[in-house]
Amino acid sequence: MSDELPITDADLHAYADDRLAAGRRAEVEAWLAAHSEEAERIAGYRRFSEELRSFYEPVLAEPVPEPLEHAASGKPRSRDARRRWRGAALAATWTAFVAALGALGGWQLHASRSTPIAALDGVTMARRAAVAHAVYSPEVRHPVEVGADQEQHLVTWLSKRLGVKVKAPMLDEAGMSLVGGRLLPGETGPVAQFMYQTDRGRRMTLYVRAESAPHRETAFRYSRENNVSVFYWLERDCSYAIASSDLNKDELLAIATTVYKQLSP
Amino acid sequence: MNEAERMVELIPRLRRYARALVGDRASADDLVQDTLERGWAKLHLYRRGTDLRAWLFTVMHNVHVNKVRAMRATDTLDDEMPELALRAPQGDALIVRDLDRAIALLPAEQRAVLLLVTLEDMSYEDVARTLGIPMGTVMSRLSRAREKLRLLMLGQAAAAKLKLVK
Repeated sequence: MSDELPITDADLHAYADDRLAAGRRAEVEAWLAAHSEEAERIAGYRRFSEELRSFYEPVLAEPVPEPLEHAASGKPRSRDARRRWRGAALAATWTAFVAALGALGGWQLHASRSTPIAALDGVTMARRAAVAHAVYSPEVRHPVEVGADQEQHLVTWLSKRLGVKVKAPMLDEAGMSLVGGRLLPGETGPVAQFMYQTDRGRRMTLYVRAESAPHRETAFRYSRENNVSVFYWLERDCSYAIASSDLNKDELLAIATTVYKQLSP
Repeated sequence: MNEAERMVELIPRLRRYARALVGDRASADDLVQDTLERGWAKLHLYRRGTDLRAWLFTVMHNVHVNKVRAMRATDTLDDEMPELALRAPQGDALIVRDLDRAIALLPAEQRAVLLLVTLEDMSYEDVARTLGIPMGTVMSRLSRAREKLRLLMLGQAAAAKLKLVK
């Protein structure tokens, strides 16, 4: 034993990282066997490395955003331009949107006397869903309150707050994955918003409102609030609206159909 | 395979490292994009046949350092240990999230060494080359990073225990 090199801290790390040649590894192992406290510390390092790797592993499988692929291929920059464009477009959207809301509100007052309750109710909800979409879907850092990595928690929490069992539909076949969700104030109580996106970052939100009293059901209806397309439908216990400014009407209808099939008993 | 194809192939690994380095997805992808663009601008400096991955990580390191410097470095926690918010353990996701947060508490230069060794499985020599620091510094940063994390995690476990006893 006395002719061996002393075990250094660097050796211990190299051991934890599996970087030692077999001979040296055996020496370190022998040393650790006699030093239980150190052995425990090194075992902790190894465990931590494993946890770290498994925590970030999913990033490798994430679809690569277009701008990155673009940049990797050596093509000139397009993303910042797009981002600026997005910001400007959003601001313009808002200004127009607020104006449109005012106009619609005025119209609504006239129309309400003769419009069936369910239809009017649906219009209101569609508009709220569109506003919620316009507010949250451009968010880069905080698009949702609870992320898809905690889907079970998200669904349990929203179900509890809405007082009905809500579900986040699986839209993989439509090329959309869940980003997460949030709780929002509705007219009479809490509503839920789930956000989905394609691997290219095109977003869609599902707006869910619980109905306190049994409700007249409706078929799909379509409305367009400024540049946000909305499909909505009312059911006995819940009303749903699907909103997007990134998807066209046909794409949105296909998704609405899938969601309807999954959520309706 | 030409450089463009190999760069595209390396994107997921660059993203993974960037995500762990800077935390949130948007900033991480920004860093990756800046790295790729800088890589193309500096491609004449890359020697063909050498390790493109190590070279790109060097580019990313430089881009990151410049960004942090531009933001007047917020990483000044080298010696003081900030207190972690306490919270009872609530399942794996949250525990791992704490681990994630603990990494964010490391000084940037220690974090970089730890992540290249752990996530990228780089040899210590390659880490030294990539970050432009001596081997001895790699080892001391790795050692300090792990020790600090161990204490952070121990602290959390102890705090959780106290909370349960109470």
